[in-house]
Parts: sequence; structure tokens; C-alpha cells
Amino acid sequence: MSEPSESPSERSSWFGELWRSWPGRIGAALVGILVLAAVVSLVWTPYDPKQVEPRQKWLPVSWGHPFGTDGAGKDLLSQVLVGARTTLLVAVLTVVLAAVVGLTLGVLSAITPRLVGESLAYVIDVLIALPTLILALVFVAALGGSVWTVSLALGIGSGVVLARVVRAEVSRVLTQDYMITATASGSSTWRSIWRHILPNIASTVIVQLSLIAALAVLAEAALSFLGLTPVSTPSWGRMLESLQQTITVHPGALVFPGLAVVGATLGFNLLGDALRDAVDPRLRGRSATVSPVFSSVVDRVEDPAIAPVSGGGGT
Amino acid sequence: MRYVLRRLGLLLVAVVVASVVIFALLRLLPGDLARVIGGTQASPERIDAIRQELGLDRPLVRQYLDWAGGLLQGDFGRSALNGETVTGQLGTKLAITAPLVLASTILSVLVAVPLGIVAGARHRRADGIALSAVSQLGIAVPTFWAGLLLIIVFGVHWSVFPAQGFPRDGWDEPARAIESLVLPTITLALSQGAVLLRFVRSATLDVLHQDYIRTARAKGLTRSQALYRHGLRNASLPIISILGVQIASLIAGVVVIERVFNLPGVGQMLVRDIGARDLEKVQGTVLLLAVIVLVVGFLVDVAHRLVDPRLRVGG
Amino acid sequence: MTTLLEVEDLTVTIGGRPVVDGVSFVVVEGGRLGVIGESGSGKTMTALAIVGLTPDGAEVTGRVRLDGEDLVGRADRSYAALRGERVAMVFQDPRTALNPVMRVGRQISEPLRLHRGTGRREAARLAVELCERVGLPDPERTARAYPHQLSGGQRQRVGIAMALACRPALLIADEPTTALDVTVQAEVMALLRELVVSDGTALLFISHDIALVSGVVDDVLVMRDGRIVERGPVATITGAPEHPYTRQLLDAARRTSYGRRS
Repeated sequence: MSEPSESPSERSSWFGELWRSWPGRIGAALVGILVLAAVVSLVWTPYDPKQVEPRQKWLPVSWGHPFGTDGAGKDLLSQVLVGARTTLLVAVLTVVLAAVVGLTLGVLSAITPRLVGESLAYVIDVLIALPTLILALVFVAALGGSVWTVSLALGIGSGVVLARVVRAEVSRVLTQDYMITATASGSSTWRSIWRHILPNIASTVIVQLSLIAALAVLAEAALSFLGLTPVSTPSWGRMLESLQQTITVHPGALVFPGLAVVGATLGFNLLGDALRDAVDPRLRGRSATVSPVFSSVVDRVEDPAIAPVSGGGGT
Repeated sequence: MRYVLRRLGLLLVAVVVASVVIFALLRLLPGDLARVIGGTQASPERIDAIRQELGLDRPLVRQYLDWAGGLLQGDFGRSALNGETVTGQLGTKLAITAPLVLASTILSVLVAVPLGIVAGARHRRADGIALSAVSQLGIAVPTFWAGLLLIIVFGVHWSVFPAQGFPRDGWDEPARAIESLVLPTITLALSQGAVLLRFVRSATLDVLHQDYIRTARAKGLTRSQALYRHGLRNASLPIISILGVQIASLIAGVVVIERVFNLPGVGQMLVRDIGARDLEKVQGTVLLLAVIVLVVGFLVDVAHRLVDPRLRVGG
Repeated sequence: MTTLLEVEDLTVTIGGRPVVDGVSFVVVEGGRLGVIGESGSGKTMTALAIVGLTPDGAEVTGRVRLDGEDLVGRADRSYAALRGERVAMVFQDPRTALNPVMRVGRQISEPLRLHRGTGRREAARLAVELCERVGLPDPERTARAYPHQLSGGQRQRVGIAMALACRPALLIADEPTTALDVTVQAEVMALLRELVVSDGTALLFISHDIALVSGVVDDVLVMRDGRIVERGPVATITGAPEHPYTRQLLDAARRTSYGRRS
């Protein structure tokens, strides 16, 4: 690649590519549904999700209650819609924070002089050894389980993994010919970063971020399932936790919140896959090797479907 | 040999760094431990007394050194709430968690690696595509939901396995103990397996596109012969790496699974301690988990070194 | 002069586009033919089509006959029986053509064990002999080395050893020296020439450099955009090229070659 940044026509073409593939369409649709559900729930839900109606308890799926009701007569569809809000909020916050942490640490460790950069890379590798979910548990222990705390923990955890990828990408970009020319011609470091480095790693980072979003959805569901988030915050994981208590008599109700989590996660994952294929068709269906946990030198870009998962895929 | 020693040294440094990070997270975050322990009714004098008892009034660095010193002597921390020690509890808890982790890892490797190779080798055929789609779905399913579903089908509907819990007498009743671990193991194995399958598939595809596969075929090897005699040995390198990375997500998964199936293992202990804000124990347990991850990473690095002739120095 | 390889109207289509378009030529036993063209001319794809190693998704039509046997459309298994035994190939990039985690000697002995059923020990011994034959220093030690321990030129010699292990009737060499240093190029070319002449192996030599092949082949095909634009004895082509494209290639070669015979 000798072009420093994408021209507008190139950018729009990969967006078009995204739409053309099936994973891209399904992924975009699922994420779209999530966003829609979250936004709609702000102004309207079929019923008040918190309204207890003892006489309506355990109603089966029907036109009046598309998902049925739970043991307190609360409409499940409304609960799922409201839960989408939390899921989306956590996903967005996590992605933003991960981007900030990942880009800062990654770029710093790649451009600073050898000793600083390498030690930073080493610290990053060690931090990656702390499973993201465990890290989140620790944060929750100290700060409580609010949406902000959870997002903070997940954001930092995934940000650190992203930093390693960013570092590899920036190192790769720095060795390209045009970069050497740019520094030779005297452009300052800051300008170099903004104009040359960032646009080139943007596509890889975007792909990783969509997968971090998927991870955030799973992690938030797991944390609320474990009962670590406040009851007042509506959440799919919480729904499943309370529904588990009546699993023997009313197993059916568990399906819907679970499907919601699957749908949201799948949506982000597919989106990430499709983005990766659209950005670089050479990588289609393939990955790159994952470096050993301790190696500070990452040869190639890590498989986005795997790298963020290392912390919390078990959720 | 020198390499092993060097990596061992780095491992120790990593453990120290991890301990600092964990300690810092728990101490520097807001929240007065003494007040938590004393309870909301405690008088200021009582809280002060607790603080002195636990050494919380001493400078942070001193506190850290005290803790670190204790660690070196094998004291992983003691609960300020009920006096239990981490090491004391570990015996019984690990008897449940360790077999679970081992069995599910073995199961997931036995299933996912061959299937992943098939998925990669036949990536254009119907069965390869189907496998890929199934694994894509598999990584989107939250582990705890999969567990709940399995409970519904095998624990409630068909009553084949116990839906929850672990026999009170533990391993003294081996048959019942194993029975209670079957569903959790399968759940965890499925979850990890989906991720592993995707990765093995990727690694296989990567290898199949290499020039030396074409050379092998040019010598007269059929496609499958070339894959098995030349490809697999190369693909095993990234696969070894991913197994090491998976340990982190496995730990996260165990925590959730123990909650779903109500198994009194290390994970359940951790969540309970977090809920009770028992930071002393949380500190020690999390460090222990981090050390396990780091050690596994170290072992993976060494294994990598042994298997890949290119990494051997002066070979 | 018996015909060894007959290519008739060979067409390779990838993604609807013909990369090789109606190519026909003949190679006789012991004959040596050069295929010249720039990248994208379809010369490598022609070679791959002959041995049945075109990439997935490529469509091959036409006729390829080796010793009178039809090749196109064969199942992989029956094609594989011929590869390495009757027709062998040397590839362009020595850095990637060898399996990095397998010792070189074992890679050389593989075709022997595969096609001749040679036992492990005997094959290892023959591999060392082959290493010596291709001019590798300290053949015993080299056979036990891994590819990354050898230089580019040495790796290419290994590639040649692997290809000639079973003494195939036809050797296809796809730009075997392009990725090598200029000094090493001459050595490897000389080696190829010597081996091919002494074994009586037919040679199909693919290159972008007409001057390079003129010392090794008797006849030449010039390819462009998947088609043959000119053919004839190498002296005629280089001395009095008819097609304007051939003249362009020659001019370019003269301009960049450093005192090579042109």
C-alpha cells in the first residue's frame, strides 16, 4: 500500500462491499434492531416493564404478550426492550473507552524510544493476562456494579488487548516507505500521527472495536446474571437470573432474553467479520497467528474474533 | 535452556507487576474497607479499631509489602469478615473447579480441533460452511444461557443429570460427584470449543494458502496428504498459542458456570466474596488466578520454542 | 523425436476472465522450451494448469497430454500420481516454497518414498546424494538442516533436488532464479542446464527475461495477455523478432541486463 489514506471513493466502496455480503447484512440488521429497541423503549413500551400484575403471571406467548409474562405478571417483551438500553449503553461506553485506551497505549508504545516502548508493551502483555471478566469483577467489588463501573472495567480490559493490536499496526505502518519520506521531509510527530498513521490503522481498529462491542454484550449479561449489577438497572442478564429460579416449572421464559443476548452478540460479530472482509479481501476467512502471551513483537494482526475474547469469552 | 531461564525471570516480574496492579485497584479505589466490615451501625471508635487491626492506617506501600511478604510465605490472605484463609478454602474448592476445568479443556480440544481442521480444509464445501456457521453462532451464545438450556433439556425435561449442586460429601461419592459435573463440563466445553473451532479453522486456512503446500502437491501429495503431512505441523504453532490464551476465558467461564450449576468451587467463592466486599480474600484469589494464567502463558511460550525450529537459537 | 507434452487450446478462466487464452504448444522428449512474458501474461498459470495446480475457483479447459495421456479434468488423486514422478516443478520463491518446520533432507526424500516406495533409510541416503548432486556444501549436514538455515540459492538447489529426485520426464521451472542475487542466478542456471542435459529431462522454463533463458532453451514462446504472440527458435527470436511486443521485451532486457548475452 503506498497510498497514505483512503480517497472518499475507496471509503464508500468498502461500505458497499459490507452491504453485499450476507454476514454484513445480517450483522447490520441485528445491530440495527438493538439500537431501535433501545431508542424506542425510551419513549414507549407495550406495557410498563416494572408493573406487577399477579393475575397475569406466566402467560404464554400471545398477541397481547409476544414474549409472555414472568412470575410477577410483568411483560417480558417490555423488559427485553428496556434491557436493550443497558446493553447498548454498556457496549457504546466500552467501545469508546477501549478506543481511547487502546489507541493511546498502542501508539505510545510503538513510537516512543525503544526502552520505554518495549516496557510499555510488556506491561500491556501482563495486563492482558488478567481475564477481562475477572478484572470487571474486581472493579465491581470496589466500586459497585453500575453501568459506568462495568463499562469502565470492560473498556480498560478490552482497551489493553486493543493496544497490542494497535502497536503492531502502527509498527507496520511506520516501516512503510512513505512514512520514512514524511519524517525525512520534516513533518512533526503530531502531524505524522494524525495525517498518516491513524487513517491507515483505522480499518483494523474499527473491526476490532465491533468485536469488542460483542464482548461487552456478553460480559454485561454475565455480570448482571451473577447478580453484581443493581436490581434497578434493567438487564437481560438480570432477567435470566431471576427466571432461573423457576426454571423447572417455566423453562420457556428463559428463551427470549437469551436470544436477545445471542442476537446482539452475533450482530456485532458478523458486522466485525464483514467489515474485515470489506476492508481487506485478502484476509477473507483467515486470521493471523496469535503471538505467545509474552512476546512483545507481534508479527501480524491478531484475529479480531479471538483477541478480545481472551478476556471474557467464557461469558 | 538459557531461554527458559530468561522467560522464567520475566514470568516472575510479571507476577510482581500483576500483584501491584491488583493491589492498587483494590486499595486506591474509593470505599472504606473498615466501614464495610464494621457495618453501618458501628461506632467511629470501632471502625478505627478495625482499621488499626487490619493495618489500613499504614501507608499504602507498607500495606503492599506486608501483603507481598505474606504471599511469599504462602499466605494468600485472610478474610477480614470471618477469618477464613484463601489457602484454607482452596483445597475443597479446587477439588471441584480443577476437574471441571481440565475435563472441559480436554473435551473441547478433542472436539474442536478435528472439526476446525475439517472446517478449514473444506471451507468451500457445504459441510465446511455449515461448521463455520455453527461456530459463529456458538461464540455468540452466552455460556450461562447454554448452561441453562442444558439444564432444561437434560436436567429437568429428561432428568438424566442433576440440574444443580454438588454432593455434600464431595468426592467421597465419586459417582454422584461425576454426575453433577457432566452438564457443567459439556457447557463449558461447548463454549470454549466454539471459539477454538473458529481459530483452528482460521489457522488451517492460513496454512493451506502457503506456498509449501503447493510444493508438496507438486511432489505428488494429494490435497489431504499435503495438509496432514506438511500443514498440520505448521498449524499446530498458532493452535498452541491459542490454547494458552484460552485459559483466561476459561477462568471467566468457570466463574459463571459455577453460579449456574450451583457448584461450590473457586468461582463461586470469588463471587460471594465480591458480593460481601471481602477484599482481602478477593485480592488473594484474583492474584492466584492471574498467576495461573501467567504460568500457562509461560508454558505455552516454552512449548512453542520446542516445537518451532525457527525459534531455536543456534539450531 | 517423440512428443512428450502436448498442449492444445488450453484456457484458464478465473472469475470470468481468461487468464490463459487458447494456448497450444508441444514439447518433445529431452526438448527445452522457454515461455517468456511479463507478469500477468499467463505464463505461470499455464504451467500450473499443466500440472493441475491452478487455484481453487479457476476453470481449465482444453487438452493437455503427457505421453499421450489426457490430464485436464483428472481427479486430484490420479493427477498426484504423475506429479513429482513424470512431471515436476520448481517454484519461484525459495523463502516460501519449502516447509519451514521440516528438515530439508526429509523434504527431498519425500517424492522417492511416495512414488518409488523407497524405505526411510534408503531414501535419506539418496537425499544426501541428491544434495551433493545439486552442489550443496556439506551434503550430510545440509540434509539435516531446516530451510531457514540455508541461503536463498541453497534453498533453490533443494527445490531442484526435490523436483529431480524421481528423474521426471519433464521439469517445469517457474522463474527459478528471479528471487535470487545476480551472482547466484548464474550458478543456479548453470546447474539446471547441466542436470537437464545429463538426465535428458525435457524442460519448460518460464521467465520474464528472454536473455536469461537463451542459454538454456532451444525454442521460445512469447506470451502476452494469456496468448502466444510469437514462437520460434531462441536465436531467431532474439536476433530477428517479428512481433512488436517481442521487440519491446528485448529492448527492455538489453537496457537492464549487465553485459549478459542478448
